[in-house]
Amino acid sequence: MTHPHPMRTAVVAILAGSALALTGCAGPASNSPNASAAPVEITYMTWSDATATAQATKLIAAFQAENPNIKVTVDANPGGADGDNLVKTRLATGEMSDVFQYNSGSLLQALNPTSTLLDLSGESWAANVDDNFKASVTSGKGMYGAPTGTVQAGGIIYSKKIYDKLGLKVPTTWAEFMDNNKAIKAAGITPVFQAYGDSWTSQLIVLADYANVASSDPAWASSYTANKRTFSTSPAFDSFQHLQDLHDAGYFNKDFASAKNDNAIKALADGTAAQYPMLTQVALPNLKQNFPAALNDFGIFPVPPTDAANEALTLWEPNALYIPKSTTGAKLDAAKKFVAFFNSDKGCALQNETEPGGPYAISSCKLPSTVAPMVTDVQTWVTKSKAGPALEFLSPVKGPNLASILVEVGSGITPAKTAAAAYDQDVKKQAQQLGLPGW
Amino acid sequence: MSVLTTNETTAKRSSPQQRRPMKTPYPTWFHIPAAILYIVLFAIPTFASFYFSLTRWTLFDVHFIGLDNFVQFFQERQLVQGFIDTFIYAVVTSGSKVVLGFALGMLLTGPIIGRGYLRSVIFFPVLVSTIGVGLTFSVLLDPFNGVVNQVLATIGIQGPGWLTDPKMALLTVAAIDIWKGLGIATLIYIAGIVAIPQEYYEAAKVDGASSWELFRNITLPLARPATVTVVILSLIGGLRSFDLIWATTGGGPGFSSDVIASVIYKQYQAGFYGLSTAGNVVLFLVVAAIVVPLNIFLNRKGAAE
Repeated sequence: MTHPHPMRTAVVAILAGSALALTGCAGPASNSPNASAAPVEITYMTWSDATATAQATKLIAAFQAENPNIKVTVDANPGGADGDNLVKTRLATGEMSDVFQYNSGSLLQALNPTSTLLDLSGESWAANVDDNFKASVTSGKGMYGAPTGTVQAGGIIYSKKIYDKLGLKVPTTWAEFMDNNKAIKAAGITPVFQAYGDSWTSQLIVLADYANVASSDPAWASSYTANKRTFSTSPAFDSFQHLQDLHDAGYFNKDFASAKNDNAIKALADGTAAQYPMLTQVALPNLKQNFPAALNDFGIFPVPPTDAANEALTLWEPNALYIPKSTTGAKLDAAKKFVAFFNSDKGCALQNETEPGGPYAISSCKLPSTVAPMVTDVQTWVTKSKAGPALEFLSPVKGPNLASILVEVGSGITPAKTAAAAYDQDVKKQAQQLGLPGW
Repeated sequence: MSVLTTNETTAKRSSPQQRRPMKTPYPTWFHIPAAILYIVLFAIPTFASFYFSLTRWTLFDVHFIGLDNFVQFFQERQLVQGFIDTFIYAVVTSGSKVVLGFALGMLLTGPIIGRGYLRSVIFFPVLVSTIGVGLTFSVLLDPFNGVVNQVLATIGIQGPGWLTDPKMALLTVAAIDIWKGLGIATLIYIAGIVAIPQEYYEAAKVDGASSWELFRNITLPLARPATVTVVILSLIGGLRSFDLIWATTGGGPGFSSDVIASVIYKQYQAGFYGLSTAGNVVLFLVVAAIVVPLNIFLNRKGAAE
């Protein structure tokens, strides 16, 4: 973890090589004839934050009650880039947990699923999976993941209370949004909260703008994958410029550089901030856990586009459960049971206990009869067919430094134009690493 | 580090007084365990990394691309900034440790009350985990809720965003590094100063030398080996520094406190294994190019005196 050193990297290489060789020899030797009766222990890797841990504990307890022969232990994934690194390294060395939860979309593509993961398209639940989700966990011939949780939306989460008090209307264009911000600032309230202490949060204005981009240019994602579109030109560039406009107008909280996501949720609940660009599945469980009384005060609208005609809500497909190819024998059977349990009736009921952030991606799970107003907003956009997946589910190309680049734009360190050009360079490395044609 | 130690030992061995025939009472195969460890854990990985730096590598398959990684590495926008930051960081921390370490070393070898206790106090930060220090300071230095700025606020000063202002972040981390690493520098200086024979001071005092003259003409030149050690150790430490920066700012805000090591680490995280290995080769060459000549220069000058 500490000093990267030329030696260190190469040691990993050697270890990786020998571990691959070892797992090649090991295989199904442990497959005893009465495997079904013998107790099996499997490992499940999930994120180590409080919400994910609490959910995993509940699901595992219920699963073990139904399958007394199977014991599930949790492996922690720290999340963020460190977590990505952990998953990639453990997959490469054949030491991955028997079941693991991970992102769908472009981050999945970076795991090289065709050679590391088990194809789950033959499982009984696979037919119930929604097509958009299926696309986000498909690579080559196989479908590799089962959905966990709901589809969620990214956009501007806003306080309905403050909007009512100030007599504001939900904006449909960026210009209207900026007018609202002006009025909110005049009332002594922070118009837009930014939390660069958690640098990933800086990406929402840009990533949640993608449905707008796609409405004006439906082929944008595929052209982008083929290196025929960039973030330096409109329509994609608009969101970079919008982020700079917000900073230049002084619409952020004064502690934007050090605040964290939790501070943002607190500021919304306290009424000291009116709007926060965020994902529903991040905001809702946090509000429910820490400020349950304020849960119904918030709604969501899309990141406002330059032109109202293009307005659409950007959706994120849920994370998924995957089984690596290194899981075999009795453990594999247990792992498949565990994955199926997630979206069984009991599993769905448990998932509903964590505040759902939008519709489910599998028909076997249904939302409870009453949902938070934010989820109703999401459903309205989905029903209107004015909602589309985020770029990361349509193109495997995503640069690793987007969060830092956007922190620079939002902090006024780099102008939008320079930053967009830098991001185009950043993306090039990823595309080359994936071996895409045209780069 | 390994560069340094091998260099020192070879330098010693080849000096004329100490050259001895290779004859030892032990058979040659006694060397084999050490040799295997050295080859497996050092030699093979080092040469493997030179190879992998020339490839696009996904851990699953390897695609030879010649020097493209190095071209790409030097085009990284953060890299120029990273190089400048690395040098600023290394020079600031190394220089401060020499000056402050020497001053404290002088103080703590002098006749003062509670000397043993003060020596321990100076050394304590060295014992604490770097990540722990980083996280603690990032809480203490929070621009609005941190203790430091709240104390400043009570006396009417609006403290800066120590770790969040792009102009200050790197220097703040350097200051934390100095606080944490000063104990080692002081310890080396204490050992160096104590080793100077008292006869020199007595003789100089008989000749009527003032305290300044004692310091200037005896302590300073004779503590030279300690200075060389502190300079080399802290410079290498500064050039490769990573953990403290990662724990406090993560290279941010944006890229404003990125050093070479954190740029490389980010590339490794992103899965650009070939590119980050190329970065490590560059870092290795840069550290070697600075430290080896410096080491030779400092040692030669020391031997000449």
